[in-house]
Amino acid sequence: MLDAVAALCLLAGAFFCLVAAIGVVRLPDLFTRMHAASKAGTFGVGLTMLGVAVWSADAGPVTRALATVAFLVLTAPVGAHLLGRAAYRDGVPLWERTVVDEKAAEAPSLPRTPPAAPRPRRSAGKPGPAR
Amino acid sequence: MSGSGTLLGTVATASLGIVALAIALTLVRLVRGPHFADRVVAVDLLATLAVAFLGVFAVGVDQPVLIDVGLALALVSFVATVAFARFIERRQPTHTEADRA
Repeated sequence: MLDAVAALCLLAGAFFCLVAAIGVVRLPDLFTRMHAASKAGTFGVGLTMLGVAVWSADAGPVTRALATVAFLVLTAPVGAHLLGRAAYRDGVPLWERTVVDEKAAEAPSLPRTPPAAPRPRRSAGKPGPAR
Repeated sequence: MSGSGTLLGTVATASLGIVALAIALTLVRLVRGPHFADRVVAVDLLATLAVAFLGVFAVGVDQPVLIDVGLALALVSFVATVAFARFIERRQPTHTEADRA
């Protein structure tokens, strides 16, 4: 019985890993790709490690597997947010069918990066250290 | 694979194949880019998928020790992502022109 549950978790986790990879290859711009990588990827690995925890059924491995899941769930949004902000400030182009760009209203000095335009500098308004 | 006759052994082998396919697809994005940040996303997902691969492999070869490797890899990959994000935010703009082509 437990084996069946573990097998189901492993297969579902592997499936979501595949969904994340397909999303990273197929989606049109960096930010949509990041959404596939961080959500589907984390969910897939979480399910897989849950399956591993059910399979091992032993205090040590279960703790480690669940710790891995907890750590991934805690860090994936942080990493994705940092990377997304850095990429946006670096002038990574948005998909041309993007509907809402809230940062554009927030910092109007950042251009929307048409291909030929000069790169936007680091954000206006952030006092960061002088280079 | 020790338990290839059992249900769990078969499932572990199949899942291993699926995750390997996912890793191969992620490598496509790693090669294609086009922006540096796209590659960082691919590397991040690659590390995450490696954790899943190690978990499935631990079931396949009946070695729970491999879970520790996955935990360490998850810890390190987060630091790598943060470092890359800071690098993208702070680097000199001259480095991006080749990436942008």
